[in-house]
Amino acid sequence: MSSLGIKDLLGIKGLSRKQIYLVLDTAAGFKDVLKRDIKKVPALRGKTVFNLFFEPSTRTRTSFELAAKRLSTDVINFSVPTSSFVKGESLLDTIRTIESYGVDYIVIRHSSSGVPHFIARHSHASVVNAGDGINEHPTQALLDAFTIKEKKGYFEGLKIAIVGDILHSRVAKSNIYCLRELGAELRIVAPPTFVPHGIDSFGVEVYFDADKGLKDVDVIMMLRIQNERQEGGFLPSSDEYSRFWGLTEERLARASQGAVVMHPGPMNRGVEIMSEVADSTSSVILEQVTNGVAVRMAVLYLLNRTRVTKHV
Amino acid sequence: MNKVLLDKKDIDRAITRMAHEIIEKNRGIEDVRLIGIQRGGVYIAKRLAGVIKEIEGQEVSVGALDIAMYRDDIGMRDEQPAIRKTDVPFDINHKVVILIDDVLFTGRSIRAAMDALMDIGRPLAIQLAVLIDRGHRELPIRADYVGKNIPTSMQETVDVELSEEGKKDVVRLKRGLE
Amino acid sequence: MIILIVNGHIIDPRNEMYGLGDIVIENWKIKEIRYRESKPGQGNPESEGDSFVQQFPESPEIIDASGLYVMPGLVDMHVHLREPGYEYKETIKSGTMAAVRGGFTSVCCMPDTKPVNDNETVTEFILRKAYAEGACYVYPIGAVTKGQEGRELAEMGMMREAGCVAFSDDGMPVKNSLIMRRALEYSRTFGAPVISHAEDIDLTACGVMNEGYLSTLLGLKGIPREAEVIMIKRDIDLALLTGGRLHIAHVSTEEGVNAIREAKRAGINVTAETCPHYFTITEDAVKDYNTDAKVNPPLRTEKDIAAIKEGLSDDTIDVIATDHAPHHRDEKLCEFDSAASGISGLETALPLGLKLVEEGVLDLSHLIRKMSLNPSDILGLDRGVLREGSDAALVIVDMDSEFEVEPEKFVSKGKNTPFKGMYLKGRPVVTICKGRIYDFRAERP
Repeated sequence: MSSLGIKDLLGIKGLSRKQIYLVLDTAAGFKDVLKRDIKKVPALRGKTVFNLFFEPSTRTRTSFELAAKRLSTDVINFSVPTSSFVKGESLLDTIRTIESYGVDYIVIRHSSSGVPHFIARHSHASVVNAGDGINEHPTQALLDAFTIKEKKGYFEGLKIAIVGDILHSRVAKSNIYCLRELGAELRIVAPPTFVPHGIDSFGVEVYFDADKGLKDVDVIMMLRIQNERQEGGFLPSSDEYSRFWGLTEERLARASQGAVVMHPGPMNRGVEIMSEVADSTSSVILEQVTNGVAVRMAVLYLLNRTRVTKHV
Repeated sequence: MNKVLLDKKDIDRAITRMAHEIIEKNRGIEDVRLIGIQRGGVYIAKRLAGVIKEIEGQEVSVGALDIAMYRDDIGMRDEQPAIRKTDVPFDINHKVVILIDDVLFTGRSIRAAMDALMDIGRPLAIQLAVLIDRGHRELPIRADYVGKNIPTSMQETVDVELSEEGKKDVVRLKRGLE
Repeated sequence: MIILIVNGHIIDPRNEMYGLGDIVIENWKIKEIRYRESKPGQGNPESEGDSFVQQFPESPEIIDASGLYVMPGLVDMHVHLREPGYEYKETIKSGTMAAVRGGFTSVCCMPDTKPVNDNETVTEFILRKAYAEGACYVYPIGAVTKGQEGRELAEMGMMREAGCVAFSDDGMPVKNSLIMRRALEYSRTFGAPVISHAEDIDLTACGVMNEGYLSTLLGLKGIPREAEVIMIKRDIDLALLTGGRLHIAHVSTEEGVNAIREAKRAGINVTAETCPHYFTITEDAVKDYNTDAKVNPPLRTEKDIAAIKEGLSDDTIDVIATDHAPHHRDEKLCEFDSAASGISGLETALPLGLKLVEEGVLDLSHLIRKMSLNPSDILGLDRGVLREGSDAALVIVDMDSEFEVEPEKFVSKGKNTPFKGMYLKGRPVVTICKGRIYDFRAERP
């Protein structure tokens, strides 16, 4: 028997190495299912997953939806344009409404940090954070770790560089927590405007110079650069970003032999990553997508538990 | 109470007999595939394959099946069964699959295993081999090959320890809760 | 009508008097203060005992203050009463009742109402309402700029005549330095200070808590301390330039305290306030996305608390005000980013202040001065005194009464407090002001 021992997956923060490995090991079993003709198991038959997306996201939502369906749950997608949220319904009212449907899981994406925590306090359902503000995106970090484990087989002492807008990236934050817990050596490669306050306390090395930061690394995780960052005065232009921090073949060559390149998607080709790199044999970007479904299946499976309120 | 039901020799004899029965019933092993249920069933499947090879001089393929995702008590307990490897590296379509488990009890694991198998392919037939049949079936399932029938009470547990797990080969009957 | 307050520890910060004694109130004026004993060199020790009471044949109302402290009613120079316009958050009636419950007999209300108090009509409305429904004295603070929009000066003179005691765009800074310069210059005519909400809102950007390790950890956007410090320094420079009277509201940072200390040493006409939450709790209160701890300026760190305590102790910070900012529960029961900023502070301020006395940061009369006499003097109110002939505005405090902060029991409509569940010591048991006795003794645990 195994369990994460938690009701919700709100973040990687606070997860132990043991808990992270449990997810990764469980995901391996689900990945096998995805390779079969019949890519579906009855593990969560009769359960209901509510995908509550307050921010547009095709990828994460689709991945969760597929994961939920492959576990035989019923899935409901609820996103902003079709919701009453735009009419001014409060978040609490939305949660109470969903709660009344009697769902087992709420998968939540929201632009405001801490919303999953808020929902978890007000709902009996298991809440899975699918990205909150600039806080965390735990399933992305878990699928990234799963992919690294498949490709490299170990974490202890593995040199990993995360490149891009760390300040606004929940993916970067969750990955920092996750990979640090697993024992990797982490580097942050970013212009100073993208480096969050107090990063020194997170056990990472900071490089402003991409050429230096990428030297001898085993894994390169690229982050998406959002065009609107120019407005906040973070960057002069995406061209300038591309020249100094974009992942070119030359920069990739500075990494260790057999280094892998990752990206959470969607990519800005020609900005943070060049097509030659994205499409190269070093790239594991599409495998990340496949692994995302397996990892999310594992998370949903492991959060399943007796709900006394329902069975009584 | 802690009673030894089978020692190493008894286990070896039972497996040898079951191997003979499998070969006899299927008139050889041409279309036979062995699939053990994680974890004890996998060890027994491999032992059966070893004995069959000695008798027939021919390899029989062995797979491992994890049934955690197919259990019927999901959501009725606070902990989830751990997911182990399902490894069936061969086609089971139009083959006779012999499902192998260490102990046959309520039959619910076998039900789950049959569902799991059906998701992998469509076998010609499924047969069931178990080292111990302890009775108390809750589903209409019976074994085709049985190492030993052991009448038990619901208060007893049957404990199969195998050398593959770093233990001594022995089957014990224990009274009281685990 | 005669009220006798008998045998209390009297604290009179104006005259630096304290000692055991009795106070006679006649027709809601203090008629006489008699010290039974006092510290050497202060007051007139008399030991009449109970014979004092017997001088009054017409059976006066007697309040036994044995074991209790009698002090001038507290003055809060920074509250938001929300009326007109946001009566669902607080009204002049509920807000002043909360004030009286917290030991305050005078409050100064900020102009960020709807409409903004940027003209004499709104000022008059507030005063009329306060006169009719208010439990304590209310002194409005007018806006510096029309609509608090930071563009044109509001009619300070007319508002001053109508009863405003200071000017502030609190809630928002006066972003334009030229406008702030003009405000400091122009207000000199009327002798009322300009209260600065010191915040560089460009630096704040979308920040919702103190910037630092914790904001990164929580994924909440940070407000750098420099957003406050830069503005404090700018306004000090403008006060030097103009000779205007500047008061800095809600100081929350060590660097802010240092800047004010330097300015005072240089003889610049500046005063400052802080709030109980800035010397009691740190940004840690925000953990778990607790919106009740969302406040602007944000809660800072231990080193800021230490600096603020030092600033209080050496009188760099003259005043403890509450920045009482009541909100409706729906405005706090939501996303952290969208939650309203502010703390409902009137009913916890005195016991939080008393913790400073317990810690030895301030002695009791020093604390009371910062919560009554000093704000009164800064605004020219003639409050915060126990003087024969003055209005009976005083509070009787039980220093030993320990209680749990239970927001649902607040008199204020705003139940938003990060001190929920905390045990505090020292509660007002009787507040006298505006011709009424508010007796809370029945509520004592």
